[in-house]
Amino acid sequence: MDDSDYPGQPGGPLSPGGPLAGLTGSPAPGSFGTTGRGPRLLTGGGRRATTISTASTLVVIGALVAIFLVAPGSAEVRHTFFSPHDMWQSFIGNPKKGYYSVGEAIWLNIRMFLAAEVLILVFSLVIALIRQSTSPVLFPLRVLGVIYVDLFRGIPLLLVILAIGFGVPALQLPVISHQPLAVYGVTALVLSYSAYVSEVYRAGLNSVHRSQVAAARSLGLSQWTAMRYVILPQAVRNIIPPLLNDFISLQKDTALVGVLGAIEANNAAQIYGSTVFNYSSFTVAAILFLLLTIPLARFTDHLIERDRRRRLAGGVT
Amino acid sequence: MTEREPANAEAIRIEGLHKSFGPNQVLKGVDLRVATHEVVCLIGASGSGKSTLLRCANLLEPVDAGTIWLWGSRITGAGIDQNLVRRHVGIVFQSFNLFPHMTVLRNITLAPTKVLRTPRAKAEEEARALLDRFGLADRQDDYPDRLSGGQQQRVAIVRALAMKPQIMLLDEVTSALDPELVAEVLDVIRELAAGGMTMLIATHEMGFARDIARRVCFLEEGRIIEDAPPAELFTSPKDERTQRFLRRIVDAGRL
Repeated sequence: MDDSDYPGQPGGPLSPGGPLAGLTGSPAPGSFGTTGRGPRLLTGGGRRATTISTASTLVVIGALVAIFLVAPGSAEVRHTFFSPHDMWQSFIGNPKKGYYSVGEAIWLNIRMFLAAEVLILVFSLVIALIRQSTSPVLFPLRVLGVIYVDLFRGIPLLLVILAIGFGVPALQLPVISHQPLAVYGVTALVLSYSAYVSEVYRAGLNSVHRSQVAAARSLGLSQWTAMRYVILPQAVRNIIPPLLNDFISLQKDTALVGVLGAIEANNAAQIYGSTVFNYSSFTVAAILFLLLTIPLARFTDHLIERDRRRRLAGGVT
Repeated sequence: MTEREPANAEAIRIEGLHKSFGPNQVLKGVDLRVATHEVVCLIGASGSGKSTLLRCANLLEPVDAGTIWLWGSRITGAGIDQNLVRRHVGIVFQSFNLFPHMTVLRNITLAPTKVLRTPRAKAEEEARALLDRFGLADRQDDYPDRLSGGQQQRVAIVRALAMKPQIMLLDEVTSALDPELVAEVLDVIRELAAGGMTMLIATHEMGFARDIARRVCFLEEGRIIEDAPPAELFTSPKDERTQRFLRRIVDAGRL
């Protein structure tokens, strides 16, 4: 409120010592939290907020554990899925007894993930650049790009894996029909994920303002040079969080390659289960996948937070 | 377009330029000539076509009809190497458009190293000399978002100059700046004019246009209504539309 609203009124409602004296001075920074009940719970009183959130978390977890423990089939489930003995046995494996080590099989998932990730990053960028191109010469390629993305985004990944994994060997071609199962699995993952990731790239390319293209071209840079040095670096910076999100998903989906018979973690767990009739092996596989995905998820969060801070810092981004 | 004509030759010749964006006719037959070393200012209300005219001259917008020549060489129509034309014609935008992911130095050296194939060390040396000349020597390692608007715009001018253009097109380069930052950018342009740079300048700074321009062109609705030396155009405009525009400017306290 402006002082001029009350010209020359000593002792008026807003003057020092008046009835509203406590409200006249400009509030100290951060003091808003102490003036009402609501805000205090959100901002001030950090220890109390922590206590409350810890307590509510314990209550929720406790309730879930209690339901799990009192359920009629609880003992059965605990034995079948959480038996420490079976978890350890499936983790180390024993080929003589007819089952594989889940701990060893996860390496195949990791290798498939790493190979697929690199190929996806390259292949989907090519698709995105083709779809973003404007040259009339490339029109047929653009049409192919659209068909490709529509097709592979629309078909369930599992069907793509089955089609490649059983279809390509059945063609009996030299070399390409005689590859390890994991190669077909990676091919299917690349085909399916590149369709998604190319759209992420495209969104990134579109997020760079047109004026950047104008500025680059006005300096005499060719379309490709402008893309390479000006547009693409900015686009990639904008899409790192969604890209990582897709890769978290990719890490898990390597498990689907098990349907071809490749001994990856999920398949190894299944073999253990059907050999020993105990499914604790699946719990082991789940834990191993979590150990892979959680660090990447935290890293993604970290990047998102850093990006948010950079934007808040008032940079022209 | 590679050979340079003697001084006073016609640097830019524009005839019958038409440009539409969809149903919106922005340029409706513009004729304009700019001599080498001449500074011509374009004035007119927003939307009168000043920016589009400059963007057409840099080939950032394809023209619908009409022809542009630079030193007698046609640059519109088929079979023109746009990138070659743009090496000779620098443009600076209202919104700076610096590359945010590159340092000031890299912003300036990118085009010389990639387009002219200047060795990096030499390009950096030239860039530092330019930065020094315009009082930005200590800013070479900063990213654009650390710079004030005035500094960013001066870097944008240096970036265009690094390609050693023979013509500079300036598109309302002070319009996005806080008033106290306008002078530093105008000083840079004055220095360029003093050095004999051929310039076509779209501006809302009438005082500046009066000082620096050899000729001032008033645009309205995609046509050049009046083209005269500033002393004449600002004091005794002949066309009734120019008079009306200038009266509004004076009323707004901007002249």
